[in-house]
Amino acid sequence: MPTPPTLPDAELSLDHLVSRMRGAIGADTALVGIHTGGVWVAERLHAALGLPTPLGTLDVAFYRDDFRQRGLKPDVRPSDLPFEIPGRDIVLVDDVLYTGRTVRAAVNLLFDYGRPGRVRLAALLDRGGRQLPIAAEWVGDVVDVPADRGMIVLERDASGRLSLTMEEAGGGA
Amino acid sequence: MAAHNPQLGPDGELRHLLSIEGLPRATLMQILDTARSFVSVTEREIKKVPLLRGKSVFNLFFESSTRTRTTFEIAAKRLSADVVNLNIATSSQSKGETLLDTVANLSAMHADMFVVRHASSGAPHLIARHVGPEIHVINAGDGRHAHPTQGLLDVYTIRHYKTDFTDLTVAIVGDLLHSRVARSEIHALTTLGVPEVRVVGPRTLMPPDIEKLGVRVFHDMREGLRGVDVVMMLRLQNERMSGALLPSSQEYFRSYGLTPARLALAKPDAIVMHPGPMNRGVEIDSAVADGPQSVILPQVTFGIAVRMAVMAILAGNG
Repeated sequence: MPTPPTLPDAELSLDHLVSRMRGAIGADTALVGIHTGGVWVAERLHAALGLPTPLGTLDVAFYRDDFRQRGLKPDVRPSDLPFEIPGRDIVLVDDVLYTGRTVRAAVNLLFDYGRPGRVRLAALLDRGGRQLPIAAEWVGDVVDVPADRGMIVLERDASGRLSLTMEEAGGGA
Repeated sequence: MAAHNPQLGPDGELRHLLSIEGLPRATLMQILDTARSFVSVTEREIKKVPLLRGKSVFNLFFESSTRTRTTFEIAAKRLSADVVNLNIATSSQSKGETLLDTVANLSAMHADMFVVRHASSGAPHLIARHVGPEIHVINAGDGRHAHPTQGLLDVYTIRHYKTDFTDLTVAIVGDLLHSRVARSEIHALTTLGVPEVRVVGPRTLMPPDIEKLGVRVFHDMREGLRGVDVVMMLRLQNERMSGALLPSSQEYFRSYGLTPARLALAKPDAIVMHPGPMNRGVEIDSAVADGPQSVILPQVTFGIAVRMAVMAILAGNG
């Protein structure tokens, strides 16, 4: 129990994700990153896959189901979807797929812009622990981390390099 | 800061919005930042987010104001709240029910938020002191005291066009004496670090000790407007005018009306604001109100986003 779970190298997970998505994504497909980590992953995927449709971003703060418990974070970024939504093939991109609640919020938000043709999900890491019937079409890597071990957080350094770290449960700040 | 600010909870979180006076800069910035996110929501095809779904917002207007009530109503509806409008000037108060009885009855109907407009200064504070801990109160204008959401939407508008507060000169022009809007604007501007806030108007419409709020007083319109970045016009409050403070509205326009010639004394990129409703030809010339430097209609649009932000922050604070 006390040994920290081993997390994959985020850059390798990204390579896995790119190779799995390549060929399955069309020119009209739009990637939509979920703030903040999902946007970093989506930016990298967008470049690596050479997609012509501009990248979209979503901040799901206004759609979270824990608003009553946690309040509103101050810097909700504007969602930016620089393409027509109705009929669009969309891939939501998140960093860590966990309970599925963020993805639920993102899907609801997306539908307030119109009715997409299809919505799929790509995640850098799937850590299990789903609380909703949500599954990713593509994941970079899978690890099984029990809920009581805390949150897995994606970080990006000054050079743009991605890494995964564990924020221990009850570990203060 | 005052020993106890009734608007803030134990952790400094916003519980009610009663006045901008005494609110920390960080709280104002939180509201402005949150409002910016809501502006993008109001530009979407579906202009609604689910934050206040299942919540009941009561607009308690003891003094009628169609525009303010409408913007609060739209803001609450865009947050998916249920909105009940009560024009109390014409209902139970005329049957002798007290203010607090009215509020107690509405609380028993499981209200979550009261938006209060009242002719008496302090009425929203009184209500906030008597409601249960789960109910939030927003002051939508009380007497001569405050109109905090108007002050917030005004600074939101300034930030939108001017970006940085800390190198601005702002002139507030008109009937300072009767204006709750001006008081809220002054508190917001000084809290956000605007280095020079001027108030411009006739002696008869200037509160005697207004310098204490940290403003420079001008009685000459030309001097007051020279070199400013922002001109905030106030409405000449005809209905609140008691006694003979002014000879006539034509006389007022000659001395304090904002004409293109006077606006030319401000910086070339100065913006012109007005809280509405405008008295054209009294405090502002139509050529200015409808001119390229006017941001009066964007103020209205931003006002909805700012009111959404206030309601969402309050609701999120439990």
